[in-house]
Amino acid sequence: MRIAFAFIAAALLAGCSVQASGPASSSVSTDGSTSMEKVIGCLKEAYEADNPRTTITFNPTGSGSGITAAAEGRCDLGLSSRPLQKKEADQGLEEVTIAYDGIVLIVHPDNPVSDLDLETIRKMFTGELDNWSQAGGKPSPIVLCGREAGSGTRSGFEEATGTKNACRLRRELTSSGDIIASVMTNPNAIGYVSAASVKEGVKVLRVEGVLPTDESIADGSYKIRRDFNVVKKADQPLSDSAQKFFDYITSPRASLAIESAGVLPAVRKESL
Amino acid sequence: MTTARAKKIAEKAASSIFFALGMVTVGFVLVISVYLLIAGLPAIGSIGWIPFLFGSSWTPAADNPSFGIFPFLLTSLIGTAGAVLIGVPVGLLCAAYLARFAPKSVRKIAMTLINVLAGIPSVVFGLVGMLVLLPAIAKLFHLADGASLFAAMVVLAVMILPSIIKVSVNAIDAVPKEYEEASLALGAHPVETCFRITLPAAKSGIAAAVVLGVGRAIGEAMAVMMVAGNAPNMPSLFGSVRFLTTAVASEMSYAASGTMHRQALFSIALILFLFIMLINAGLNYFLKGRKEAGA
Repeated sequence: MRIAFAFIAAALLAGCSVQASGPASSSVSTDGSTSMEKVIGCLKEAYEADNPRTTITFNPTGSGSGITAAAEGRCDLGLSSRPLQKKEADQGLEEVTIAYDGIVLIVHPDNPVSDLDLETIRKMFTGELDNWSQAGGKPSPIVLCGREAGSGTRSGFEEATGTKNACRLRRELTSSGDIIASVMTNPNAIGYVSAASVKEGVKVLRVEGVLPTDESIADGSYKIRRDFNVVKKADQPLSDSAQKFFDYITSPRASLAIESAGVLPAVRKESL
Repeated sequence: MTTARAKKIAEKAASSIFFALGMVTVGFVLVISVYLLIAGLPAIGSIGWIPFLFGSSWTPAADNPSFGIFPFLLTSLIGTAGAVLIGVPVGLLCAAYLARFAPKSVRKIAMTLINVLAGIPSVVFGLVGMLVLLPAIAKLFHLADGASLFAAMVVLAVMILPSIIKVSVNAIDAVPKEYEEASLALGAHPVETCFRITLPAAKSGIAAAVVLGVGRAIGEAMAVMMVAGNAPNMPSLFGSVRFLTTAVASEMSYAASGTMHRQALFSIALILFLFIMLINAGLNYFLKGRKEAGA
């Protein structure tokens, strides 16, 4: 009840050119993917700076739980780092992609391989191929570097390459920096990192002939990426403050905040 | 009369303050132990002690997850033993040299440097290990990758050197000069004296140094995480392995709260805690017990 009043008060305040006196405040609850924690954190910071009366809360539970919470009305917006499954969409949910995270394969600069197709990548990471000569490189063993269980980059990569829980990693590391350092110092290594964290000193591979760039990740021609989605009920209107926040995060105004989280905004500034 | 009374009160106040401070430490131990038990037991309960401790497959995020930590247990045990095996002889000989043979100036400089070594953060050991040691190991042993149990042993051995050296030097310094003089007077060589008289006399201090080294090596997470490879394999010297500590540290940040995965990580922490206590108690009993029997 109190929250409903707060929403109304906030809406009224917003409506009448803000007298900036009433104690009215509102909150928007989000729930879902732990890998969106950083994005939603940056969005929250930027939004709350402009709308001091609104509090954004985030409950990191995981994509599946976030979607369920949105369907059951336990939160205003669900956050999901995977597309809706058919069963979920049938519950009257709709999703809007706010950002893309390209996942980039990196190798040592001396490695002659520069292009892999998804099938080769799958075989490589599941251990079916274990020598670079089988993938067009020099005859030396392949050293797989990846992230720890639970990492969003790992699940995004495994989802996109069809290697879910089947990767036979030689090195399992806990940060992009460690993966880059491993690949940089081992000519046999291959690893995956989020596109935003690639640094000099490693060679970025093409996947199916496409180099990962902002454009190729956004238009989907680069295949290994995951989408950061906001999920809400299609038939029910959001509360006013939630609608305002939703409008903000799906607009080009949010692109700077999204970029500061190291991912690619779905709505770019140029298209403003 | 009044001064005596004031003195008594001050005495009492001081003693209660010291008591309280002592209790704070005890309290921390209790809180941590109880918390670990509460957080760690449920998962073991639902997985079962035997499958948890002796299961060899760790796939916490799979649809049909399995939680077996036997490879981590073995790795921690072997890794620590390896580190001590490399670190103790080097540290002990270094301590014997510094305490008995080195000129004063050399000893002063060396002790300063050893203190610096003790102060280097473990992440720096890990980073240097990753960027220097791993490629070197790969090259030296013609391996595809240097990240291995061996690399972790080397890094841990270097990390435990300062505490072993410092404690051993103190122990050797405390050996009465008369023992050695008597040995020398009987015609023993200085090196002979050192190995036959000084080191045995400093045995209990050296034992403490070893216990300290074991404690540090088995509890280290950061440096090991960067050089051991962290694949949940059964331990092999040049294979990628995961320690108990790194199993907890590497997955804790992403394991969603309330899930079995997270609870199982707490269970690993509990096992690590028990494991360390057991090893320390065992070493203390073994090393001290032997000394008392010898004396």
